[in-house]
Amino acid sequence: MSGAIQKKPGNRNISLLITTLLFFVLFGAGSLAYDRFFSLSTFLNLFNDNAYLIIVAIGVTFVLLTGGIDISVASTLAFTCVFSAHLLRLGVPPVVVIPLVLLIGLGVGLLMGYLIQTFHLQPFIVTLAGQFFMRGFCAVISTNSIPITDTFYKYMALGKVSIGKGKLYYYVFFALVVLAAAYYTLRFTRFGRGVYAVGGSEQSAVLMGLPVTRIKIAVYAISGFCAALAGVVFSFYTLAGYSLQNMGLEMDAISSAVIGGTLLSGGVGSVIGTTFGALIQGVIQTIVTYQNLNTWWTKVTIAALLCVFIVIQRGIALRAERRKSG
Amino acid sequence: MSQKLRQFSKNQIFWPLMVLLAILLANGIVSGGSFFEMRIVDGHLYGRLIDILRNGSKLMVLAIGITMALATGGTDISVGSVMAISGAVACSIVDGRLLPGASGNVAVAVVLALLAGVLCGLWNGVLIAKVKIQPIVATMILMVAGRGIAQLITEGKIVTINSDAYYFINGGYILGLPFPLFIVAFAFVLVMLFTRKTAFGLFIEAIGVNSVSSRFTGIKVDRIKLMIYTFSGLMAAVAGLIESAGIKGADCNNAGLLIELDAILSVAIGGTSLFGGRFSIPASVIGALIIQSISTSVLAMGVAPEVTLVVKSLIVVVICLVQSKKFKETIAGKFSRRAVKEA
Repeated sequence: MSGAIQKKPGNRNISLLITTLLFFVLFGAGSLAYDRFFSLSTFLNLFNDNAYLIIVAIGVTFVLLTGGIDISVASTLAFTCVFSAHLLRLGVPPVVVIPLVLLIGLGVGLLMGYLIQTFHLQPFIVTLAGQFFMRGFCAVISTNSIPITDTFYKYMALGKVSIGKGKLYYYVFFALVVLAAAYYTLRFTRFGRGVYAVGGSEQSAVLMGLPVTRIKIAVYAISGFCAALAGVVFSFYTLAGYSLQNMGLEMDAISSAVIGGTLLSGGVGSVIGTTFGALIQGVIQTIVTYQNLNTWWTKVTIAALLCVFIVIQRGIALRAERRKSG
Repeated sequence: MSQKLRQFSKNQIFWPLMVLLAILLANGIVSGGSFFEMRIVDGHLYGRLIDILRNGSKLMVLAIGITMALATGGTDISVGSVMAISGAVACSIVDGRLLPGASGNVAVAVVLALLAGVLCGLWNGVLIAKVKIQPIVATMILMVAGRGIAQLITEGKIVTINSDAYYFINGGYILGLPFPLFIVAFAFVLVMLFTRKTAFGLFIEAIGVNSVSSRFTGIKVDRIKLMIYTFSGLMAAVAGLIESAGIKGADCNNAGLLIELDAILSVAIGGTSLFGGRFSIPASVIGALIIQSISTSVLAMGVAPEVTLVVKSLIVVVICLVQSKKFKETIAGKFSRRAVKEA
């Protein structure tokens, strides 16, 4: 049975394969073009510099899998940074601050999910409101950048594990734990199966007796929680909170997921793909830096990739439709 | 008379207009009347109200363009980036770094900037109508890439220009009124004639309600969508020109940043359903003015402009809830249950 499946790779596996290949091709191209590019430390730095993006993108993947969209994540991340920096400056210990900001992220996600599901509102508009709300509250707290001087945060910012010549900062492990947990949840739990089922066909999921309402609210809560966790990681990374931080990160997160093979119409995708999607953006950024180009080339390249992947997905979907009808 | 008034109160434009008047009135009361003051200096009108009209012109133009996209059940989130591109093209030509042959020629700059906007819109339209990608995803591509493209046009710099003819686009006056208002009026009249004196408006609403059955009745859905997104791109380019003339240069990072959200919000406040269907351009224009007056009043109160975001977000949620059928049912259900209990 499993042999038969392996002989005919599903659409999901094709996308994942393309993404993984693309990552290694890009990394290989960089290694050929530049001295000192090919090294363990370059590879590990991809994780060091993109840990927060991976976490946000994994959260967003849950929402995209159900066919929804969440564009509030960048603001939630910025709010987490600003609010924790503010609390730490007031002398609140990190033991209180970190759980508190994570709870806020979870709560905001929960509220948005509730509004979307209960009143049948468009996810785009509701999360847009969430984006405004959180960004606005950043400005209410402070419009200036607040430095973080707390010892625990400094410890997390600088602590690292050496692997050969490379190094991995402690906060990267948050991303790895999130990845492992998300992978397990989506592949091996009833809830994860439900997420795919809702994205595949919400109506069928309802008829099958799945708790659709609970699932759809939960994915937004997960996304909000991941955004807040990414905010904590980002404040380790930069040791500051600034209200205009990470403008447009929501689009980076969504493009990570799409490049990683997640269908925006829902039902197809994996967090492994999303992680590779985020890493591909990291590689492009690194190559652009090595080439000493304007950083805007990163955005243009990513948009071009995004376009290619969306068109490929469209092709796959059309093929599937034809096969179904034929 | 009261008959007419009652009819008017059922018009889509009625509630937005009331809200706008209420906001203006509140401002007038808080400021002790100085809000409504208007002076004439050198034959030009000055005052807070004129400021709102002038600063709101970008948003009004965008709202006119985007309303039809929303009415077909789509959306266009690339308008901010298209503004940046059009500003970058125009300023680079006026500055002489692009097309040195036409250096300083404002007419060429404006035409090419508008053409750039049309091309952007056409790209969106092709992706949506021909390749059949969801509108939000299709326009997201240009939203991500657009600012990068604009940066590449200006070579990553903020291009400042020195051209009185170009400044006129935002700062000029005709008959004592700011020039951008004439641009808005021109676009408005054009679109109103096109959508209300021809069947085009009806087709748009039909697509918004049911795109498949519209196709079966013989409406050329793809072609109409293509036209709508191209027009939205054009309007974004116009807004980009107004913005860059206002700041006297092209700032690709900040031109039209987050304005796509304001534009969508304007249309929503105007009462056009974001699910598609009935639309009203005048109501969208008033929606844009509401947003602008909220921003202006928050600024006048001396609060950080970012705080308006909180206010806006609450407005969005309320509007969406009011539009939601489910919400109405829930509320109605609660009331009727109470009525039953009391009985």
